[in-house]
Amino acid sequence: MFSILRTMWVAFTHMFRKKLTVEYPEEKIPLPPRYRGRIILSRDPDGGERCVGCYLCAAACPVDCISLQATEDENGRRYPSFFRINFSRCIFCGLCEEACPTYAIQLTPDVELSEYKRNNMVYEKEDLLIQGQGKYHGYNYYKVSGMAIGGKGKGEAQHEDAPIDLKTLLP
Amino acid sequence: MSETLLTILIVVGILLAILSSAALLIWLERRMLGFWQDRLGPNRIGPFGIFQPLADVVKIFFKEDWIPPFASKRIFVIAPGISMFTILLSFSVIPFTSTIHVAEMNIGILFFLAMTSLGSYSVVLAGWSSNNKYSLLGAMRGASQMLTYEVFMGLSLMGVVMMSNSFNLETVVKAQQGLWFFIPQFPGFVIFLIAGISVIHRLPFDIPESESELVAGYHSEYSGMKFGMFFVGEYVGIIMVSAMIVTLFFGGWLGPHFLPPFIWFSIKTLVFVLFFILLRASLPRPRYDQLLAYGWKVLLPLTLLNLLILGAILLA
Repeated sequence: MFSILRTMWVAFTHMFRKKLTVEYPEEKIPLPPRYRGRIILSRDPDGGERCVGCYLCAAACPVDCISLQATEDENGRRYPSFFRINFSRCIFCGLCEEACPTYAIQLTPDVELSEYKRNNMVYEKEDLLIQGQGKYHGYNYYKVSGMAIGGKGKGEAQHEDAPIDLKTLLP
Repeated sequence: MSETLLTILIVVGILLAILSSAALLIWLERRMLGFWQDRLGPNRIGPFGIFQPLADVVKIFFKEDWIPPFASKRIFVIAPGISMFTILLSFSVIPFTSTIHVAEMNIGILFFLAMTSLGSYSVVLAGWSSNNKYSLLGAMRGASQMLTYEVFMGLSLMGVVMMSNSFNLETVVKAQQGLWFFIPQFPGFVIFLIAGISVIHRLPFDIPESESELVAGYHSEYSGMKFGMFFVGEYVGIIMVSAMIVTLFFGGWLGPHFLPPFIWFSIKTLVFVLFFILLRASLPRPRYDQLLAYGWKVLLPLTLLNLLILGAILLA
């Protein structure tokens, strides 16, 4: 009997506690920077696209929501001719970000993705590509890798020695 | 203005006031439950979300009013009506003030008891006509609960009747001019409070409904406005039992003169309505056999003891 009254009293005192509700559209919870929200494509520090069209993200995607077509420009630099993510399928697992070898595809702390039409959930490359570098600053794939493109030959990348001429005997 | 016209106006006014305050109670309950669970409750529509019941009513009106093909159709349709009808009828004996009342009956308390007993027909008929196992279980529990509370509810009121020498609710209120009956009749008050919770099937005694085990108990199969009638009937029931407690034990419209009598009545009723909501926020539901045992083994002897002592005092 006493415990019943005590229960009721405790429930009553909760009236004066701080409410846990966050009134969402007016106030928002700050999301951590590594939150897995809307997917973006980032650029390298020089403003070029980071994506090299390797299809690893599309292969890693468990729901097959990424589709792209790789192509090459006149300098031999690979880039996607189209890049399409269907956000109505995406489960925001972040496997594409883990698979990406060039830090191109990244997940951002933006979760407000509602649309009135289903077709609007399909994001094209111009919707995905941002101007900045996203979470990983200062990384430029073509400056690090040994691949030769126009304006940069073999052995000119960072931390790379000039190629060894196998035909000579001199050290 | 003739006498009859005034009476009709009062009747219609009371009916509208009760139904609209029952609608408001839906909002109040959700809001208060929210507060007592560290939430905010509905606060979007209108100031403080006060128009929430309007949205609920519009929604429930546009829902499909489905009668299951396996149901016993005629009884299925009548049952929610009985619940509304009996509860609204029992309001007719409650004196809101010394002038505002529907019917001044010499048998007011008995009429109230009769109407609440008839109300349990709606539970049994609804559960039976739904032709659904869960509904039937809910109906059987409703019947067993009725067997429990009916016994000690009537007897717990007899103390008040003995002290005021009348079944007439106005006389009962006037007899409390010196001292409200909840002080000399405290056991009677507590027992009637417990019986009142059972009458309107509120938590912790919502055994015929028990969402956690019987889907929605006797009204599992109801949809649309027929469900709405059970729903509104429940909220009208809360107001009715609160008003009854106020009339019988807390001096009805009596109070210091700086507020009009009707306001005093409303404030006291509101306190008990909030108390019923607090009960819902805090207490778990007992098993129905526990309620039966509690009613027959504890509350009935207590009531009889209360009557015995009071009788001895009054005769001495």
